[in-house]
Amino acid sequence: MLAYIIRRLLWSVVLLLVVSLVIFLIFFILPTADPAELRAGRNPDPELVAAIEAQLGLNRPFYVQYFFFIRDIVTEFNFGRSYQNNVDVREEIFSRIPATASLALGAAFVWLVIGLLIGILSAVKRGTILDRLAMGAALVGISAPVYWLGLVSIYLFSNDIGRFPIFEPPGTYVAITEDPTQWLKSLLLPWLVLATAFAAVYARFMRSNLLEVMGEDYIRTGRAKGLKERAVVFRHGVRAAITPIVTIFGLDLGILLGGAILTESVFNIPGIGRTAFDAISKGDIPIVQGTVIIGATAIILLNLIVDIVYAFIDPRVRY
Amino acid sequence: MALLEVKDLKVHFQTDDGLVKAVDGISYSVDVGQALGIVGESGSGKSVSSQTVMGLTRAGNAHISGEILFEGKDLLKASDDELRRIRGNDIAMIFQDPLSSLHPFYKVGEQIAEAVRIHNPDGTRAQARDRAVEMLGLVGIPEPRNRADAYPHEFSGGMRQRAMIAMALSNNPKLLIADEPTTALDVTVQAQILDLIERLQSEFDAAVVIITHDLGVVAEIADEIAVMYAGRIVEHAKTDAVFHAPEHPYTWGLLGSIPRMDAPRDEELVPIPGRPPSLINLPSGCSFHPRCPYVRDAHKKVDPSLEPVAGDPTHRSACLLDSSVRKRIWSDLQAGRRPEEARALELDGGTPEMVAKHAQEPPKAAG
Repeated sequence: MLAYIIRRLLWSVVLLLVVSLVIFLIFFILPTADPAELRAGRNPDPELVAAIEAQLGLNRPFYVQYFFFIRDIVTEFNFGRSYQNNVDVREEIFSRIPATASLALGAAFVWLVIGLLIGILSAVKRGTILDRLAMGAALVGISAPVYWLGLVSIYLFSNDIGRFPIFEPPGTYVAITEDPTQWLKSLLLPWLVLATAFAAVYARFMRSNLLEVMGEDYIRTGRAKGLKERAVVFRHGVRAAITPIVTIFGLDLGILLGGAILTESVFNIPGIGRTAFDAISKGDIPIVQGTVIIGATAIILLNLIVDIVYAFIDPRVRY
Repeated sequence: MALLEVKDLKVHFQTDDGLVKAVDGISYSVDVGQALGIVGESGSGKSVSSQTVMGLTRAGNAHISGEILFEGKDLLKASDDELRRIRGNDIAMIFQDPLSSLHPFYKVGEQIAEAVRIHNPDGTRAQARDRAVEMLGLVGIPEPRNRADAYPHEFSGGMRQRAMIAMALSNNPKLLIADEPTTALDVTVQAQILDLIERLQSEFDAAVVIITHDLGVVAEIADEIAVMYAGRIVEHAKTDAVFHAPEHPYTWGLLGSIPRMDAPRDEELVPIPGRPPSLINLPSGCSFHPRCPYVRDAHKKVDPSLEPVAGDPTHRSACLLDSSVRKRIWSDLQAGRRPEEARALELDGGTPEMVAKHAQEPPKAAG
C-alpha cells in the first residue's frame, strides 16, 4: 500500500510536469498581448519594452524560460509575479483558496445529501410518481447551465434585486474567520446553485447503481435472512451502490477545488476560479499558469485519495 | 401434519410479453426430517416455487394463488413482517452461486452473525460472532475463528457454499431450501457439499427441499423426488421408484441423459430433444408433447393431471399413456433400446424384426 502511494505520488509529479509544459507551450505559442507591453504602461518606447523583456527573461528561448519557471517552483515554490500588478502569484492564489474551498466543500455536502437521498428514494420507489417527478427534475437540473441558473436565482431570491428576497446578494462573501454567520449566509445561494446540477447527476447515478445492486444475488440473501427491507436497502444495497460514486465524487471535488469559474464569477466570490477568469481576460499568464497548476494538483491529489479510499471501502481492491 | 404443505400453488408473472405461468398448480408436502428433491430443467418453475415459499417473489407483477402451509399457517396470507420473522429463522435458503450470494463488502463471519442477530435481537454482538464461528467450524471451515474475518472473495467456491450453509443453519431452521446448491461448484466439491447437507440435516433434524436440474444430486439425499416440467409436477415418487420404475417420458429422458457408472462403457447418452417451452405460450394438451418420443395425436388435446400409478399410491405421474404401456416402454429402455425403437415396438405395433430394421437406419431427430 505504501509502495503504491509512493509510486502514485511520483507519477503525479511527472503528470504535473507534463501539465505545466503543455500550459507553458500554449501560452508561448498562442498570440496573447505582449507581457512586456502590459508592464510598460501607455505608449511605451521600444527600449523600455525591450528592457522589460530582458528583465522578465522573455527574450530567452522557450526551453530556457520553461527551465527557470520550473526551477523557481521546485526550489522556491515561486510561481512568479503577475504581469498585471506585480503581485506574487503564489500569495495571490493561496489567498483565494479559502473562498473556493468554502464554495466547493459546502456545495459538495449539499449535493451529496440531496442527490444520494433522491437517488435512493427513486430506486426504492421505482416507477412511482415520486420516481418520475424526481428523475424529471433531475433532467432539468442537468440541463440548466450553472451561469443561467445562477442569474435566475439571483433575480428571484437575492435580497437586493430578488422577487423573493431570501438570500444574500452576490459580492457579500467574507472569510469564515472574519464573520462566520455572514460567510454562511452569503454562500447559501451559491451552494444551492452549484449543487443543483451535481445533485441531479448524482441522483440519477445513485438510482441506476442501486437498481442494479438490488437485483444482485446477495440482496436476495439479505432478504432470505429475514432482514428488514430498510436494512436490505441501506446496509446491503446502498453500501455496494455507493462505491462507484466515491470515484466520481473525488474527481468532481478536485475539479471544483481548482476553481469553480462560473459560479464564482456569477456570485462574485473571490476564489481561484474568479482569479483565473480575470487573469485570462487580461492575458496575465503567470497567474493563469499558477491556477492551472494548482487546479491540476487538486485533481491529481483527489484522484489519489479516491484510489486509496477505495481500497478501504471495497475489500476486493488491493494494491 | 406435514411441516410444509404446498397446495395448488400458482405463480404467474404479468410481463410486457404476456402472462408467464412460471408455476402452474403444484402441490407437495415435506415432513419433519424428510428431504424432497425438486428436479427440472431451467425454466421449469422449480426455483420460483421455492422462492415463493420464502416470500421472495412477492412483487407488483406476481399473481400468486393456492396455499403454502408451514406448520399449518398459510404463508401466502402472512404479512410481510410475519414472513420476515420466518425467513432465515424457521425456513432458510441457500442459493446456486455462493460468490454472488454473499455480500462482497462484508466479512463472512459478519454476514453469518447478522443472520443470527436478526432473529436474536437480545443477544450481544459477541454471542452472534461466537455462533458464527461455531457454525463455520460445524460446516468444516478450518480455523473458523480466523476465517470468520475473511471476505467472500478470499474463500474458495466450496468454502463459500459451506459459509452459506452455515448462515442458513445458524438459527436452527426447521426447513432448509437448497436451490441448486452444487451447480456452481466443481464435481469433487459437489459431493462434499451434498454430504454436508445430508449430515447437517440429521444433526439439525431439519426438513430439506433440494432443487436441482441434476437427478444425480438428489439420488442419495432425497427421500422423494418431484419432477417439474413447464411449471407443473409431472412425476412425484419415492426416490427409489423415480430411478427404478419411473412412469413419465420426461423422467426417462432425464435418466437417459445422465451417465451411469453401472452402464456399459459404450452406452450412448440420449439427450431430450428440443427445448423447454415458453411459459407464456404453453403447448396444447400435455405440455411435454412436442418433445415426447411417445406422443400420440390425442395427447395434443388433453391436458393430463397428476394421477396415482397403479400399484403404488405414493407414486404419481401426469402422462396420458396407459400405465401398462409405460411400464413396457421403460423395460424396453432398460434393455438398451432407443426411444424410437421403444415407440415402434410398443405404440406403433411393430414386431422385433421391424424394430431391428428401424435400428439400422440413422436415428431421426424427434420432436
